[in-house]
Amino acid sequence: MADIPNIVPALPELFLGLSILALLMFGVFHKTGTAALDAKTARLVSFLSVITLLLALLLAFTLSGPRLLTFENMFISDTFAVYCKVLVLIGSAFAIVLSQGFIERHNMARFEYPILIVFATLGMMLMISANDLIALYIGLEMQSLSLYVIAAYQRDDTRSTEAGLKYFVLGAVASGMLLYGSSLIYGFTGTTNFDLLAEHFHSLHGEANIGVIFGIVFILAGLAFKVSAVPFHMWTPDVYEGAPTPVTAFFAVAPKIAALALFIRVMIGPFGDLVADWQQIVVFISIASMILGAFAAINQRNIKRMMAYSSIGHVGYALIGLATGTEAGVKGMLIYLAIYLVMNVGAFACILCMRRGDTMVENISDLSGLGKTHPMMALGMGIFMFSMAGIPPLAGFFGKLYIFMAAINSGLYGLAIIGVLASVVGAFYYIRIVQVVYFEEPDEVLNKPISLDLALVMTATGLAVTFFFVYPKPVLDAAASAAKALFAG
Amino acid sequence: MIQALAFYMFALITIASAVMVISAKNPVHSVLFLILAFFNSAGLFVLLGAEFLAMILVVVYVGAVAVLFIFVVMMLDINFVELRQGFLQYLPLGGIIGLVLALELVVIVAGSAVPGEAIKGGLFPIPAADATTNTRALGELIYTHYIFLFQASGMILLVAMIGAIVLTHRTRKGVRKQKISEQVARSPENTIEVVQVETGKGI
Repeated sequence: MADIPNIVPALPELFLGLSILALLMFGVFHKTGTAALDAKTARLVSFLSVITLLLALLLAFTLSGPRLLTFENMFISDTFAVYCKVLVLIGSAFAIVLSQGFIERHNMARFEYPILIVFATLGMMLMISANDLIALYIGLEMQSLSLYVIAAYQRDDTRSTEAGLKYFVLGAVASGMLLYGSSLIYGFTGTTNFDLLAEHFHSLHGEANIGVIFGIVFILAGLAFKVSAVPFHMWTPDVYEGAPTPVTAFFAVAPKIAALALFIRVMIGPFGDLVADWQQIVVFISIASMILGAFAAINQRNIKRMMAYSSIGHVGYALIGLATGTEAGVKGMLIYLAIYLVMNVGAFACILCMRRGDTMVENISDLSGLGKTHPMMALGMGIFMFSMAGIPPLAGFFGKLYIFMAAINSGLYGLAIIGVLASVVGAFYYIRIVQVVYFEEPDEVLNKPISLDLALVMTATGLAVTFFFVYPKPVLDAAASAAKALFAG
Repeated sequence: MIQALAFYMFALITIASAVMVISAKNPVHSVLFLILAFFNSAGLFVLLGAEFLAMILVVVYVGAVAVLFIFVVMMLDINFVELRQGFLQYLPLGGIIGLVLALELVVIVAGSAVPGEAIKGGLFPIPAADATTNTRALGELIYTHYIFLFQASGMILLVAMIGAIVLTHRTRKGVRKQKISEQVARSPENTIEVVQVETGKGI
């Protein structure tokens, strides 16, 4: 008779999983039939989902501390996992809040929408806590499958279904590469467990079999696809543009953070001793993403497409931290992710306010004259764009600062210099939006007033971005202890 | 000797029918060849001593999946001839890519032998054949050691189900549903009318 596994380290996940089942039952048995009733159910389930995510956040907080392993060492909970889970849960909760108005207006108000977001969140948490190649894959698939469905959620809209299909087909290829890499690693080492792999490579003193290197390259390719790093970024602009806007907001935030966390966990954990083998690949991916993100965004007219390229660039900057392979680098990356989360939520709250009559407008030119017609929204947009460009004293500057400092301290001068240059180019297109907002004449006025929930989100994130420099200590400390936990394990 | 002969028979038929699956003109023939390939693969599994997998292959793949395929092929109006038109056109490029991948694999395997002690480091080494049965070993892996993955996979299937419903289910108007409560609530007074009909005249 086998022992019953210790479920305490997985409490947030178990709670989310059971809540999903309860919410599903609630949604199914709630009165439906007319559009109004469906919308009412959707609103209730959304509300409950946000509460569920916040409760899971509390549960996750209680687990910060020692390194806990369970389920035959396949599941890990340490400070690093808790830090990333908190970010992901915040991102998902914001995504549901941002979606509410949109899905009701666009005939998408069905209760499955928030449930699928919670499902994706559960997948992300499993990814973050994975301590085994199979667990990694299962988490990744749960997340991806939910995301494919959410991307195609507006099923009567050809662009949305096209986005979902593209994402699905390319995502399946990436999963295939990841699986192939995992199978090579299992074949050449005989285990899929991260701790055993780390031990194995440690005992070889960083001299790995060429088959293992092949496996790592395939895993890297699969993960690079999931974080949409160049050269596996092709799907990003199309999916971001085609998917409904709140879905794009969700894609830009939570899954990216989860995938980057997984990237860190896999590279530093089992393959930490093989840094010399994968470092050059990560450096290349990082440089290519930064440069493509900076230059390709310049010509975009659609703001969602621009945000897609912007997110590719941000992934590039974040990967600098991983490329260093040091604790300081990972710490910088974690800080960057936290700031990226807040900036993006705010920016997408602004984008979701871009409505004229009943239709959403998505072109950058539609923002012209916003400074005169919507002074507060324009201020918010300005803050987020300046922050993304990395202009002090806004939060985005500090994110980049810690990353570049880590790169310089570990001797990656070239990477740091290219990063700074790319962010100068990137500043051009961020500040162009500010120019359109403040210095161009309005042609047609956007809807006014903007809805209360979006305004609240915008205010909260705007304040956080602006006044981050006053009291950055909690984030810095949390990131430091998370990075330390990762390297201690 | 007999085992070797059986192996070559099963293997050859599997490969031949696999080729027929993608080259048969009639899609129904393709599915039938697929079933033949499944049966022969099951035979290979039996030769390996994996009788449980062999039976599962027959039950799940032949019993369920292949029948489903036949349904799909017959129900959907897809012009398979048109679909297959690009087949020959892309064959050279696809063949070259496959060849390059195969060569790379050969280079890996030839360039580096698998260290023997690494294989022993497996989490769950294969137990001796007489110590346990296939079914028991699989059951222990899936329901005891990998219970976390098993449950998580269940959640993934749930996502797939919800996704399929979300993306395709529509409430249609004008569907006649049986409403049992309404039927039971009806009383004879408001449904039956007694009419006195005079002889020789209609109603």
